[in-house]
Amino acid sequence: MDTHDIIKPENLVYGKSKVLTDTVMHYCPGCTHGVVHKIIAEVIEEMDIQDRTIGVCPVGCAVFAYKYIDIDWQQAAHGRAPALATATKRLYPDKYVFTYQGDGDLASIGTAEIIHACNRGENIVVIFINNAIYGMTGGQMAPTTLLGMKTATTPYGRKAELNGYPLKITELVAQLEGTCYVTRQSAQNPASVRKAKKAIRKAFENTTQRKGTSFIEIVAACNSNWKMAPVKANKWMEENMFPFYPLGDLKDR
Amino acid sequence: MAEKLLKKGNEAIALAAIRYGVDGYFGYPITPQSEVMETLMEEMPWETTGMVVLQAESETSSINMLYGGACCGKKVMTSSSSPGISLMCEGISYMAGSELPCLVVNVTRGGPGLGTIQPSQGDYFQAVKGGGHGDYKTIVLAPASVQEMYDFVGTGFDLAFKYRMPAMILSDGAIGQMMEKVELRPQVQRLTDKEIAEKYGDWATTGKSGRKANFISSLALEARDMEQINLRLQAKYRLIEETEVLFEKHLCDDAEYLLVAFGSSARICESTVEMARSKGIRMGLLRPITLFPFPTRIIQAMLPQLKGIMSVELSAGQMVEDIRLAVNGAVPVEFFGKMGGIVFSPEEVLNAFTAKFNL
Repeated sequence: MDTHDIIKPENLVYGKSKVLTDTVMHYCPGCTHGVVHKIIAEVIEEMDIQDRTIGVCPVGCAVFAYKYIDIDWQQAAHGRAPALATATKRLYPDKYVFTYQGDGDLASIGTAEIIHACNRGENIVVIFINNAIYGMTGGQMAPTTLLGMKTATTPYGRKAELNGYPLKITELVAQLEGTCYVTRQSAQNPASVRKAKKAIRKAFENTTQRKGTSFIEIVAACNSNWKMAPVKANKWMEENMFPFYPLGDLKDR
Repeated sequence: MAEKLLKKGNEAIALAAIRYGVDGYFGYPITPQSEVMETLMEEMPWETTGMVVLQAESETSSINMLYGGACCGKKVMTSSSSPGISLMCEGISYMAGSELPCLVVNVTRGGPGLGTIQPSQGDYFQAVKGGGHGDYKTIVLAPASVQEMYDFVGTGFDLAFKYRMPAMILSDGAIGQMMEKVELRPQVQRLTDKEIAEKYGDWATTGKSGRKANFISSLALEARDMEQINLRLQAKYRLIEETEVLFEKHLCDDAEYLLVAFGSSARICESTVEMARSKGIRMGLLRPITLFPFPTRIIQAMLPQLKGIMSVELSAGQMVEDIRLAVNGAVPVEFFGKMGGIVFSPEEVLNAFTAKFNL
């Protein structure tokens, strides 16, 4: 028996989701975005909602998300994705609408939009990638940058007296009446990927039940801008990010 | 028997939105236009036509709700006043770049800054020359009556969808607040989701049922791609300049002198023309109804009969620049205006005119 005998459809145990396009991703090797894109595509495929899902992508590294997940997309101005998603969902209540936003987009320039969309309980899914840094613009301080963390705009490390404190926006939106499901996940190993996928599926299912906003933070690595090899970046994330941004459900009703 | 009501300009906008089958209104309160959203909330169109009405957390958010709604091929609108429109200019630029239709109503007030709540036309440049970043235009309609406030909702949407670009109604606090008789038009049915998917399926984000995925963006990192987008936009604007100019002439046939004024200024100038005529001055009034496209050729065609033109505006003189570009030195072009929410009388306009032309 050689490899040609093994590579047969009936022997397939894992394949790329049909909802993912064949376009080569621009993400750096080691980046979490690609994994989360894959999870979202799989959930859309498994729920069979590809023709009823509308995504809103941010300004930031995921600005090109529309190239990779084969659904209808809107590309928002920086931070405004929840406003676009609000109108889209209200005008098409039977569609699945989600935003995909980074920490700068969601927790800095788009703070007003995310707080108010969550507070109104818009029946949308929010996927929030928190890698504690601005990726696309080259590694500047994000609202979620940890104290002491070096970035292009905090070259000596983030100092509270100069830069304020890292923002736990997920804890904040969990306080709002409009959110029904708020969870913090990660995607650095098979176990965490499975948990994150379960959370994302649950969030998409919530939107059909008109329960309110589902908000999923994914604590992520940006090895390029953290200036670490991928494996080291994931280890650094576990040791430094997880204690400040603890994983798990903050709210589920 | 046509249905006639006594309504404020702002209320007329709201009623027209419902009657014209608008899908969504997203707004934020600001004087002097808050009656638009108040009227919509009172009318509860979600119970009748299914129209969505939502008070957003800011003008920034309302214009981005429009962006999302417009991406969906839905008929969406907002209304605001000068400072709010400044905040919206970013979103309007995005929609111009993404070639999305929408209607923005600007019931202007005196500026700059927080300014005043009295009427002004000081936002002409912002409306006509772009306002936000990049080379773009919006179709700009300038109503001079409550009836036109009502009717231009339909005109604005028709043009916005015809050319897939934002349209603006540039009104002011006087037109927004004054009450006049307005004739309501018959109810237009909202398009169904299926009709929208069929009609706009080649671009709108309606869910990729039975077609390739659509995405809407104003981003093109390759300069050559961005150049092509700009060339396409400019070609569209030239076509609009050729075909969509709207204006009204008042006593222009034998006129030697021409006043040019839009919106509430034009109404004042109608009286000025009557007064001038009673004194033997052959004066006419040209009222541009579309400010973009500007009635450049209409002015040029009148030049052989004219001895002079005066632009009359509630501003420091903005439209006068477009008149001067049209006239290109052929006849003297003067300006009279007041700023900061102060409105001139017909007599003041006539006095300014006779002084400037030594009559």
